Amino acid sequence: MSETLLELRNVTRVFKLSQGVFRRAETLTAVANVSLQVKRGEVFALVGESGSGKTTLAKMLLGLLPPTSGEILVGGKPIGAKDRVAVSGRVQPIFQDPYSSLNPRKSIAQLIILPLVVHGVGDRASRRAKVVEMLDLVGLSRRYYDAYPGQLSGGQRQRVAIARALILRPEVVICDEPTSALDVSVQAQILNLLLELKRELGLTYFFISHNLAVVEHLADRVAVMYLGRFVEQRSRAGLFAAPRHPYTRALLDSVLTPDPDLGVPDTRIGTLTIASESGCPFQPRCPSAIDICRTAPPAIRTLRSGWTTCHLVEEEAVPVP
Amino acid sequence: MTAPAPTGIDAATDALRQVMLATPRRGSALLRRSLGHSGLVAGGVMLVAIVAVALAAPLIAPHDPYNQDLARRLIPPIWHAKGNWEHVLGTDKLGRDYLSRLVFGARISLLIGTLTVLISGTIGTAIGVCAGYFGGRVDAVLSYVVTTRLALPVVLVALASAALVGGSLQGVIVVLGLLLWDRFAVVTRSATQQIARTDYVAAARAIGCSTLRILLSEILPNILNALIVVATLEMAHAILLEAALSFLGLGVQPPLPSWGLMISEGKQYMFFSPWVIGIPAAALVCLVLAINLVGDGLRDVTAPENRD
Amino acid sequence: MALLEVENLTVDIGLSAGVLHAVSGVSFSVERGETLAIVGESGSGKSMTSLAVMNLLPKRAERHADRLVFDGVDLAVAPEARMRALRGNRMAMIFQEPMTSLNPSYTIGNQLTEALRCHRSVGIAAARERAVQLLEKVGIPAALRRLNQYPHQLSGGLRQRVMIAMALMCGPDLIIADEPTTALDVTIQAQILHLLADLKTEFGMTMILISHDLGVVARVADRVAVMYAGQVVESGAARSLFRTPRHPYTRGLLNCIPVPGRTAPGTPLGAIPGQLPNLIGPRHGCAFRERCAFAAPECAGEIPFVAAGPDHHVRCVRAGALEAAA
Repeated sequence: MSETLLELRNVTRVFKLSQGVFRRAETLTAVANVSLQVKRGEVFALVGESGSGKTTLAKMLLGLLPPTSGEILVGGKPIGAKDRVAVSGRVQPIFQDPYSSLNPRKSIAQLIILPLVVHGVGDRASRRAKVVEMLDLVGLSRRYYDAYPGQLSGGQRQRVAIARALILRPEVVICDEPTSALDVSVQAQILNLLLELKRELGLTYFFISHNLAVVEHLADRVAVMYLGRFVEQRSRAGLFAAPRHPYTRALLDSVLTPDPDLGVPDTRIGTLTIASESGCPFQPRCPSAIDICRTAPPAIRTLRSGWTTCHLVEEEAVPVP
Repeated sequence: MTAPAPTGIDAATDALRQVMLATPRRGSALLRRSLGHSGLVAGGVMLVAIVAVALAAPLIAPHDPYNQDLARRLIPPIWHAKGNWEHVLGTDKLGRDYLSRLVFGARISLLIGTLTVLISGTIGTAIGVCAGYFGGRVDAVLSYVVTTRLALPVVLVALASAALVGGSLQGVIVVLGLLLWDRFAVVTRSATQQIARTDYVAAARAIGCSTLRILLSEILPNILNALIVVATLEMAHAILLEAALSFLGLGVQPPLPSWGLMISEGKQYMFFSPWVIGIPAAALVCLVLAINLVGDGLRDVTAPENRD
Repeated sequence: MALLEVENLTVDIGLSAGVLHAVSGVSFSVERGETLAIVGESGSGKSMTSLAVMNLLPKRAERHADRLVFDGVDLAVAPEARMRALRGNRMAMIFQEPMTSLNPSYTIGNQLTEALRCHRSVGIAAARERAVQLLEKVGIPAALRRLNQYPHQLSGGLRQRVMIAMALMCGPDLIIADEPTTALDVTIQAQILHLLADLKTEFGMTMILISHDLGVVARVADRVAVMYAGQVVESGAARSLFRTPRHPYTRGLLNCIPVPGRTAPGTPLGAIPGQLPNLIGPRHGCAFRERCAFAAPECAGEIPFVAAGPDHHVRCVRAGALEAAA
């Protein structure tokens, strides 16, 4: 049984949006009662569109945002605000936008060396050697050592971000849409690099993406997020063979493979992206909604390869091991 | 037979040497861009000239700026019919050589400009960066302070403080330094808010950087652009304010050769001997123009977008 | 006669380091009622091509073409006044970023009616009526209320629908959509593309779709032109091009994409090594040869655009050898 590196227990995050001096602040529940476990050596993919809360979840996993309620555990130990430095040695991020994730005023070497400096690892000479080692590892020419981000392409910048994330040899890497802003050919290079590094360094990935084709290629387990809640969590094979939640089905139908004989699918989900007050959050858009969906929030239905929250799904008996 | 592969530190320095040889030196690119910017070059030359003159004042000035000679009052400059070469720019109402006073006056203006900007810049940047980075209640309180300061009429407050403290060079610097920080605060606050939202600041926090390190090493270098422009504007502003204060008698006190004071002392001769106020006024214009050209030019050439 | 004919279009941009050849000798034509997709990655020149057709290039850019004809009008020599009369009226453009393409200071209704009244003398009431009609057509609920809303009150998907409605206000013959769904969520993307397909059938619209997404292009386009480093390297009917890609770049691109059910999970994706060549300064030979696994000495010479099948052309001298090896 693989060790659990990262865990969230009933984590909720609520934002208060000030409406000015004279009106009461509105609350926005970005993440609602999410629980998950990331095991060592796996790729756990989180799928969600804009407004799903996936970025807020990532920030909480990185210790950048405290949860309003619930616990976050790294290596089995709950973390608080004071543990941020310790946690940072074990959990590191790779962000989506290669143009805003690197300080434009710092050289590549200064960017990659920062984690070593902050954590007081090694001396000047050994740190420089490590930076060169990381450049080799991510496939960047050493002549970029003193270059500035402005001189590098998107793909090259993302490699720098990867080098920076891995220099402390973290156990978990939180990848927040690391290839969404890149060209197709560059995306393939970076994904290949991520797979290779995972094998070489024994990494665990928490991979956030809206691109289901990429998720199918990389993930071991997948969770689908909608308006702050997990609506389905399955093994990769289980989810792609038989998606159960209507939202997951719509997402999967929206994946456009380069097949000229197929047209554009009609997913039949509505355009209203606000949650309903009661009942299932997806109900306003769901093509299969029934009466109970409007009134009662759906309970967890266990499936053979995971679970989902939908009134229309029957429970499946989990085979006894 | 090939030599055995170097290990450890040798490998590191070897690799480094190779890398240093391959990359172009980044200083030269900045220099090239600077020399190509006409405003920067023009302003730079003027400013360097004025600074050089100020520094070399004792060597350049033909006479002692404080030496009065009532027999030689109001001699016109050399381009006038009655001018003579001993007093190239003429003399003022007390017979002091104008060129010497002008040259020593440059020291005062530059001193005031620089020190005031250092004081006000530090105060304003600290307030602005904290307000922009921390947000929330900190921002609310600091913004209130800034708004209060913005509501004060600077010239009147400067006059009142100067009247209280008594006019003097140090007094002027302290009063202006404590008053002129508002633009710094406003500009650095909005610049900091933009930078604080970027992914690289989030990455720095995720790496475990302390707040101080983030403020100094991630935020400050990226607001430098905006800061330089404000600093030059405020320097010019301070120099002009000092001239105004001295003109009104509440700034630098005679016999110091402040350009503002020189204008004040010459105001009664404005129609008969226009050079008495014309020359220091022209000097003020040149200095302020030079500072602004340099500030704009620096902002243009150091913008990160310009890095190839 | 084709609605739009472009022959040997070039766009050069003068920089301090030299001349950037953003578009070099691009030729294509669009028949009425068909959807042509121009596919390429960043730096391929696809956006520049569309801006060149509409003459919306940045000031430093120079455009030349042997032939640039839109429905009989010679766009290469048309004065700016003529171009203004055409833009928004007979040729409309939909941009990528719905956040910044709509003016945040004016209501939706205001912007829609302006699009129409700029080219037709109709009253405000009539213009508003048409705006409501089109908003309903593009699937925006409560259209009448939306007229008085501001862009920031709408989501990204709704804003893009407003952009499409705006493009349709004058009933244009040609719509150029530059990455219309790239900034949108996947489910919204499918809806918008579905909408465009419906409108195409209903209005008989001709469309040039610019995209980097091969999936979108395969599903939507009738004909495709693949661009690389400012040139069209392969073009033809979508079916033919996707079933049997002839150019190594097209093949490389298709191999890069993970396809659920086809690419084995966890295996390395086919990647194209290297990066885009420098577009500044004179070039000769095939721009792709440094990255091509099939490059040969003849790739450094003149590369003609030859037929590789009915309605399928490729700019590659090794295409024949490739086919034999496949």
